[in-house]
Amino acid sequence: MSIFQSSLRKPLIEGKKSYQEITSQILDPLVNKPIKLWYFAITLSGGAMLFGLLMMGWTIWQGIGTWGENRTVGWAFEISTFVWWIGIGHAGTFISAILLLFRQRWRNSINRSAEAMTLFAVICAALFPFIHLGRPLLTFFIFPYPNTRLLWVNFNSPLVWDVFAIATYFTISLVFWYVGLIPDIATLRDKLRKGLKKTVYNFLSFSWKGSARDWHRHEVTSIMLAAIATPLVLSVHSIVSMDFADSILPGWHTTIFPPYFVAGAIYSGFAMVLTLLIIARKLMNLEDFITVEHVESMNKILIATGSIVALAYITETFMSWYSGIEYEQYMLQNRMTGPYAWAYWIMIICNVGSAQLLWIKKLRRSLLFTFFISIVINIGMWFERFVIIVTSLHRDFLPSSWTMYKPTIVEYGLLIGTLGIFFTAFLLFIRVFPVISISEEKSILKTENALQVAKEIHHG
Amino acid sequence: MKKYRKDILSEQVRPKDDLSPEPAYEFDPLPELIKDSATGLHSSRRDFLKLCGYSFALAALSSCRSKISKAIPYVIAPNEITPGDALYYSSSYVNGSDYCSIIVKTRDGRPIKIEGNPRSSMTRGGTNARVQASVLDLYDMERFKEPISNGVPVSWDEADGEITARLKKISYDHGSIVLLTPTVYSPSTEAVITDFIEKFPGTAWVRYDAVSYSAMLEANLISFGRQVIPRFHFDKADVIVSSGADFLGTWLSPVEFTKQFSSRRDPEGSMNYLIQYEAGLSVTGCTADKRIQIRPSQEYALLLNIYREVVKLTEGRESNAPSSPADVRDIAVKLTSSPGRSLVISGSNVKDIQLLVNEINRYLGNIGTTIDFSRYMRTHEAIDSGMADLVSRMNAGDVDALIFWNVNPAYTWYDRDAFTKGLKKVGIAISLSGSPDETSSLVQYICPDNHYLESWNDAEPEKDLFSLMQPVISPLFNTRQMADTLLKWSGSAISYYDFIRSYWAVNMLPRQKEYSDPVAFFDHSLQEGVFETVDKNVRPAALLTRPVSHVFDPSLLKTGDDREALFEVVLYEPVAIGEGRQANNPWLHELPDPVTRICWDNYASISGLQAKENSLTEGDLIDIGGLTFPVHIQPGQAYGTLSIALGYGRKVCGMAGNGVGSDAWPFLTMDNGNVSYTRTLGRIGKTGSGYLFAQTQGHHSMEGRALIRETGLNEFKVNPSAGNELHEHYTRHAKSLYKEREYPHHHWGMVIDLSKCTGCGACVIACQAENNVPVVGKEEVQRVHEMHWIRIDRYYSGDDMDPEVGFQPVLCQHCENAPCENVCPVGATNHSGEGLNQMIYNRCFGTRYCNNNCPYKVRRFNWFNYTGAGTLRGNLRDKAGMTGDLRRMVLNPDVTVRSQGVIEKCSFCIQRIQAAKLKAKTEKRALYPGEIRTACSQSCPANAIIFGDLNDKESEMNRLIRSGRNYNLLEELFTKPSVNYLTRIRNRT
Repeated sequence: MSIFQSSLRKPLIEGKKSYQEITSQILDPLVNKPIKLWYFAITLSGGAMLFGLLMMGWTIWQGIGTWGENRTVGWAFEISTFVWWIGIGHAGTFISAILLLFRQRWRNSINRSAEAMTLFAVICAALFPFIHLGRPLLTFFIFPYPNTRLLWVNFNSPLVWDVFAIATYFTISLVFWYVGLIPDIATLRDKLRKGLKKTVYNFLSFSWKGSARDWHRHEVTSIMLAAIATPLVLSVHSIVSMDFADSILPGWHTTIFPPYFVAGAIYSGFAMVLTLLIIARKLMNLEDFITVEHVESMNKILIATGSIVALAYITETFMSWYSGIEYEQYMLQNRMTGPYAWAYWIMIICNVGSAQLLWIKKLRRSLLFTFFISIVINIGMWFERFVIIVTSLHRDFLPSSWTMYKPTIVEYGLLIGTLGIFFTAFLLFIRVFPVISISEEKSILKTENALQVAKEIHHG
Repeated sequence: MKKYRKDILSEQVRPKDDLSPEPAYEFDPLPELIKDSATGLHSSRRDFLKLCGYSFALAALSSCRSKISKAIPYVIAPNEITPGDALYYSSSYVNGSDYCSIIVKTRDGRPIKIEGNPRSSMTRGGTNARVQASVLDLYDMERFKEPISNGVPVSWDEADGEITARLKKISYDHGSIVLLTPTVYSPSTEAVITDFIEKFPGTAWVRYDAVSYSAMLEANLISFGRQVIPRFHFDKADVIVSSGADFLGTWLSPVEFTKQFSSRRDPEGSMNYLIQYEAGLSVTGCTADKRIQIRPSQEYALLLNIYREVVKLTEGRESNAPSSPADVRDIAVKLTSSPGRSLVISGSNVKDIQLLVNEINRYLGNIGTTIDFSRYMRTHEAIDSGMADLVSRMNAGDVDALIFWNVNPAYTWYDRDAFTKGLKKVGIAISLSGSPDETSSLVQYICPDNHYLESWNDAEPEKDLFSLMQPVISPLFNTRQMADTLLKWSGSAISYYDFIRSYWAVNMLPRQKEYSDPVAFFDHSLQEGVFETVDKNVRPAALLTRPVSHVFDPSLLKTGDDREALFEVVLYEPVAIGEGRQANNPWLHELPDPVTRICWDNYASISGLQAKENSLTEGDLIDIGGLTFPVHIQPGQAYGTLSIALGYGRKVCGMAGNGVGSDAWPFLTMDNGNVSYTRTLGRIGKTGSGYLFAQTQGHHSMEGRALIRETGLNEFKVNPSAGNELHEHYTRHAKSLYKEREYPHHHWGMVIDLSKCTGCGACVIACQAENNVPVVGKEEVQRVHEMHWIRIDRYYSGDDMDPEVGFQPVLCQHCENAPCENVCPVGATNHSGEGLNQMIYNRCFGTRYCNNNCPYKVRRFNWFNYTGAGTLRGNLRDKAGMTGDLRRMVLNPDVTVRSQGVIEKCSFCIQRIQAAKLKAKTEKRALYPGEIRTACSQSCPANAIIFGDLNDKESEMNRLIRSGRNYNLLEELFTKPSVNYLTRIRNRT
């Protein structure tokens, strides 16, 4: 292969690789037996998942009373965690769809895992609307299915749109992710000897031939799906935010919620991608594909979205003062100085302070620091949802109903359990499918270098 | 051509000239999809297949039932029972000294709800929480079920035989038999007891009331020559001075007094003025126009000063008095300026204080006006010294047989050890009580009484006011009424029922002229529930008044103004649990105390200042006089006092009540021949902390929000909208983009008068009984999971140490722009054409979004399977035993029992609305104004809640809504509630 090297910009793939090297290096972890650390990790996350499933069963059987929620605080841990997971999912779609349309080629090495993350996060999120129901076995009531009693859902309710939005989101993400996988599954199939595995992969690859027609259709489908998925990045979390914005509760009833939630979602999503990839590149020897350049680019997005979130906090504070409504004013005062002030300040420190540190180039190129900050941001974003939900509810209009909320072990179990589901799914995913898109990596290897050659010739 | 179900549908086509009435709506079992075929004009093979498919689906679905319960019809149906129709019977609630004239609602032969009887001139249709909850006591599985001899169940014949043999022998040997009862004010029972005493000569009848008014009785004997408690007329008093008498909550006859008192709380009429001197904050203290904290030891000095001032102002004579704990000159002027139209009362059980009160009232000319000896009360007649004598006779081995009925001295007597020791020396002890208690567990024989709803009886709660009690259900267990038992033992062959009838034929019939036939007279009285004989021509016997001149007696000032060292413990009767008779009643345990909002517990209330000085915080445990109590910091508690509720800490009463709270009866002492309910004790010691109360309200300030709007009477007279200026502001600015809803037929609404509400909680229990509201138990209330559909918010305002108190009943506001309605994803809550915010339990799957969005927080979620109505098995949470087969008998069949995971809330008693509409429809008439009353409004003894049709512009309710006092809660949110509030007017003059 060519060995041209840009003087201006570092290559997206380091190590001067050939096509074959890319293939073998990415497929290595799939073909070989997993390392001990993998077993350790899946035991841990599997245990967490089982604990969560146990708590879920307990909740369904015994009732929501097993949680710390009460007369005044009707939603708390579960909806906080639900919104948090939905938010985490956003990065995947943003990377795979929006960055594809904007031809951000650096996305090619991270989009696969980011999309997988989206799927798993949405699965984790979708559990909560189900289990938080008082009568979860009647979940089907939420769907507008025709029935002889002429019962219909209430289209005024944002919860109905939530279901539509999440279902659409999950479907599109799944299809998009799978379409991208097809050429790689075929590559994997070709690497395998005859056997059951090969048959299965062949089936999954839809007998991909690698013909020009195949590639053409694949490209067109990808672009079209990207165009469909792009508005979803904005719509899903906007609709989720309306669960709150539609109400009359101070702290929820806020028109800035849709953009504020979308920015927050991308913020936490990128943080989660960073957390995962910084570990994955180390463990799976993918340092050449996922480089410091990638991390830095993502950190820049963190700065942008983190600043939007900070602006939203400021706007919220200003508006509650400017509104002149005593309930609004009290709500914010209670957030900042009330019994849950600690949660508010954790949120501010983690979400506002941390992203601003990334203006420093040294810090945003530091993998260790980025890893640390990505976790801090996700803690902060979880607390953001907790603050919005719990501190708004627990002291609302009538002081006679004010109360406190304290989570129970069951609620902690559900949070841990979804983390378990997420990581278990991710760990299984990296054993089954290539964690980096081989075909797309190959596409940039040539383009990047060819562009460079062209430039040099032109100037030379 | 095939025709399906032609028989039903062919009738729908009627000739135009057919003037017969419209056929009632017929249930059409066929779905829309086969309607065309069913008209019989055309049917195709497709229709046939559709029908086949439908039938198969139906067959498959109907086989999905999880459980089949069988209902067995009557073999011979009773004539008066129509399944589904409620029957109402007048009766009387009698439980010790608690009395109320009632109407019992029965469904299919079982009583399910108690309502007040408006025909009684005493209780006038009012009830209180205890009366409302008494129906649940009937279905108590832990009542005695059969006679018991030395712990072994026996038959009535065996028990009767053994006992009569023993009694006859004692009587023959000139031994002594003692019958121990509370005050008996049933004339027939008194006659039965007289017969019994005749049959067993040497029988002594001792009456003992655990909450005693004997000092008052003794004082009245001295002052007026009558050992009776007069009838008080709070409605005739312009100025009321109460020294520690919680007459709106527990004192003497609270339902009657609340009715009277509230009739004078209308600011447009002549509003009365109430000043309350007390240590612990009571319901009456909260309602009072002025409340002054005093310690019990200061009461004597206070009243002496009032006496001195009154004497000075009426007779110009000076008298001696110690320094006063409060300035009483103003109140003395008020009292003397309305002679004969004031009332001074005291809750003390100290004779000298009651004598002093009598003197003050005499000087004020109240005897014969607001204090009526011609129509005295008969519900409290016991003298404490009688019981004290009995205990000493028992200990001297002087009592051979002791028969108890409905008293529990092993729990309530101040010296219970002496009582139990003495009981061991009694030859034979027999209990006639209906349910287990501490005393019954110590006796040889238990011959259980019926519940009052299973009994025939009469009562004379006030002189010449008679009241009948009739059974509304056969005895559930093998029990027998106490009077029947006594009749049997005295060898009488007739039943108590026949006894009452003949008693009435002889004694009551001549008192009236309307009926000459005793049967017709009795039946009429039974139907009315009450029979009053007021012969206006007969003037009451002249009252002998003996002026007792009062000289300051320093020995009566038990402790001086010594602020440190000593605590005065004030023992009071709590509003719900009372003296503990109904301690196995989960409804009453779960009713939050009106003031502290704590349920399922008692505690030592302490003033905030003193708590700080002793470094105590809420929930610390203290040791006082050898007993341990959790501390509750109570705003308005007098410095140096601890208020502790009696009636808790029962050990033998049943699963719901055993061990709830702590026993405070041991604090009682005997003082000068009367039981004293206050006690001075030494320092308190902290023994622990972190006790968690089941408190339903955790925040006590309105935070400056205009929730309870109030003003003074003078301000109101100048401007009827005083204190309510915001209403006008909000109404003026209320604009909507949407068209207003229209309610062409009815538009249900409510108005709640905050000036009248005393916070007593009758409405809460009435609602619980009417609407099958589950009981959740103490732990669940601690977790803020209580289920009451109506709650009474209590806010403190002003000084922390001496707050003003406001009560505000809050139920579903049935908003026109209901925030709950638009957020429910499945439309389980929606708006009816009559303005009701409806909840469809079947459709609800429990997102709780509606509750989050409800600014009033009146929606309740079934956090667990509290009722056993869920589909899942094995997850029942029923700490109070409310789902047992017998307890479930109390459920109202017109109201769905909600399952786990659904939201529920106030429905404005829609079952009552529908029933009344149906009745009006079958009678082809419009609804009468005020025909429908919700459970809360019906039970309210203060008439604070009025329900009605907002479309009926002429109604009293709409007149009030148009007044300047009217406002909506949180009206700035433009939810447009159907529930209106009237500003609270305090008489600050």
